[in-house]
Amino acid sequence: MRVTVVDYKAGNLTSVLKTLRHLGAELVVVDSDSSLVDSAERLILPGVGHFAATQRLVDAGLVPAVRAAILRGTPFLGICVGMQWLYAGSTEASSHRGLAQFSASCTRFPDKGEKVPHVGWNSLEVKSTSRLLSGVGPGEYVYFTHSYKAPVTSDTAAITEYIEPFAAAIERDNVMGVQFHPEKSGATGLKILRNFLEWK
Amino acid sequence: MITKRIIACLDVHAGRVVKGVQFVDIVDAGDPAALAARHAREGADEIVLLDITATHEGRATLLDTVRRTARELFVPFAVGGGIRTAEDAEQVFEAGADKVSVNSAALADPTLIDAIGRSFGAQAVIVAIDARRDPDASDPVRDAQVFVQGGRKPAGRRVVEWAREAEARGAGEILLTSMDSDGTRAGFDCELTAAVSEAVSIPVIASGGAGAVAHFVDVFARGKADAALAASIFHFGVSSARSLKEDLARAGVSVRLPC
Repeated sequence: MRVTVVDYKAGNLTSVLKTLRHLGAELVVVDSDSSLVDSAERLILPGVGHFAATQRLVDAGLVPAVRAAILRGTPFLGICVGMQWLYAGSTEASSHRGLAQFSASCTRFPDKGEKVPHVGWNSLEVKSTSRLLSGVGPGEYVYFTHSYKAPVTSDTAAITEYIEPFAAAIERDNVMGVQFHPEKSGATGLKILRNFLEWK
Repeated sequence: MITKRIIACLDVHAGRVVKGVQFVDIVDAGDPAALAARHAREGADEIVLLDITATHEGRATLLDTVRRTARELFVPFAVGGGIRTAEDAEQVFEAGADKVSVNSAALADPTLIDAIGRSFGAQAVIVAIDARRDPDASDPVRDAQVFVQGGRKPAGRRVVEWAREAEARGAGEILLTSMDSDGTRAGFDCELTAAVSEAVSIPVIASGGAGAVAHFVDVFARGKADAALAASIFHFGVSSARSLKEDLARAGVSVRLPC
């Protein structure tokens, strides 16, 4: 299982790479060479931090290659900010555009007296048709750390509730994203990453 | 529903666990990697490794310990002790930590918080605060004194204003240790924890004083803590994070179960 991980210098890749290696993946890390995106069997865009960091994908000239890979049907998984980038944009950095695979935009959790960011283990309500989340039972927990989130739409693969329901995962054909950190989510997270690595 | 986190803490000196939660049936009871893996298997929501060596010579040992501990750990992993610069933090992240915890160095130079947060995101920065109530202050709780150097020296800061500054500079979480309660097993300082938790929007991890399951129930309810460090609790009757969480669930606390 070869997987190409896009490094756009948003935080720390070590955890994601270590977890994929544990699952037996052969890793390719790309930070600027778009030919590595062209030849990818599957692509992961990790990320913690600020939506504005996705500007580096533009600066590195990787966006057209990622877009083309998705069109070719290459399985793509965005994690955290990597998922948010699949949307039209985010109010966290409204001058930056997302990939617009999904037409909605990400917004900050509303201020209702609860803590923002949303940090910790929260449960998933998984849509039964999701392939990425296959085998994840009702109420299984995953680890989140974020202040911005995507709304629930028809492509939402799992819903989590914090202040209000939001999209914990999204999936349409080969394009997938998770707001939580599967690499930090114990056995549940490993199962989800394995599903992605075995996605055909 | 978001759950309350139970965090296992390992104090490490020269690459060996010297305090914290050990198990009698583990082959090498001092090996941080083995203990961290065991805690994760037994339901801990997160692992914190505190290096109490914190000397320059100890850095290489620490990084090796972090690397070995992180290798097979798939829950959040924080490392503290002796992180004085953004470069120190970077090395710890590269070794596999998800978060760093800074304390004295952040008090000496608060811009350290900004610097780590800028490069690695706020979620990666825990600011640890050791505080003791100040009976002479007009508000002994909110104006509890902050201490550095393992509680030996007053830092000249007050707990609520320092926690707010830490948040404003980009801290992702506060790890609050009550020096009045630490080691007493008489319960967390719920007033202190609530004062800080209500003053900031970031999560607060309570530490110091746990001696019974009821103390955790109390610090999550009255203390408004988002997470709690469980170290010595395992020494008297509670066998694992899982069994602690099962008791907490029975008491109506939302926790990650099964785990």
